[in-house]
Amino acid sequence: MKTLGAIAVIITGALLLYASEDFPAWGDPHSPASQYRVSQHYILKTFEETSVPNMVTAILADYRGYDTLFETVVIFTAGIAIIAILRGPIDKRVRLRLASEKKLRESNLILAQTCRLLVPIIQLFALYVIAHGHHSPGGGFQGGVIFGGSLILLAISFQLQTALDRVSEKKAILLAGVGVLIYSGIGLVCLLLGGNFLDYSILHNLLQVDPITARSHGILGVEIGVAFTVASIMFAIYANLSSRGRMKGGL
Amino acid sequence: MIWQFDIIILGFLLIAAILALRETDLLSATMIFGVYSFLMCLLWAEMAAVDVAFTEAAVGAGASTVFLISTIYNTKRKSSD
Repeated sequence: MKTLGAIAVIITGALLLYASEDFPAWGDPHSPASQYRVSQHYILKTFEETSVPNMVTAILADYRGYDTLFETVVIFTAGIAIIAILRGPIDKRVRLRLASEKKLRESNLILAQTCRLLVPIIQLFALYVIAHGHHSPGGGFQGGVIFGGSLILLAISFQLQTALDRVSEKKAILLAGVGVLIYSGIGLVCLLLGGNFLDYSILHNLLQVDPITARSHGILGVEIGVAFTVASIMFAIYANLSSRGRMKGGL
Repeated sequence: MIWQFDIIILGFLLIAAILALRETDLLSATMIFGVYSFLMCLLWAEMAAVDVAFTEAAVGAGASTVFLISTIYNTKRKSSD
């Protein structure tokens, strides 16, 4: 069986390598993908239409807003499904909160103090990535994962309970829902003001700016929603995975 | 793109991929998988797809490594095959 599998893999790999010859060269401006009028429009008009220098963010959150909305919903659903599978009964004794001094003594002092210094910086960077997503690489997904990562670092270096004291599992799931709500809420506001769903330029009266800047602001709002969902789902998944769904112990 | 740099990254990528599959200690396999993700991130950055590189670094090397480690911690460390 193993040799058969190896033969199948080698043949498929060889075919793929052979087929890759037909691909256009990397970065070729005459390739079909770059020639298509939609890509031309994005490349030439993104900054004019949305005042967002980072084309990737503009396409992700504005032109392809539906995609990103449902990606966020997918993350939310995946997180809820993982929690539903892993979640076990809560041990009543665990609910007792330990004094923070006791927790510090139990974990490695150097590790704990280093992470205590690092966590706020990581969180600040995460907020920068979210807020600066339309000017530099980054955005809601990346910033959200980094923010969730800072909470996970807190849970690893101290104890799971330390992180859960700050963001409880219930709060994390609630925040994940709030993120999806922010995203779809912005879309709904656009709809109520008479525009299309997720057409941010209609928000210009509400935000007191011109329609082009309104699209930029709309993208920011949407990114914040994405970040809420991603960060809290990341942390909720970690908390469930590391403690077998019992919210106790952890790594 | 600098082709010498590409060759080095792709070579290491191949080594990391094969090692991650062959390693029976799942914790080291996870570490090698993290290395694979970082190499992939380098490759994306080199192809000027910085947003993708950023996501790969945050999700591939960061979050998924943590998830895999916490799963190994709660199951068993040695692979049976």
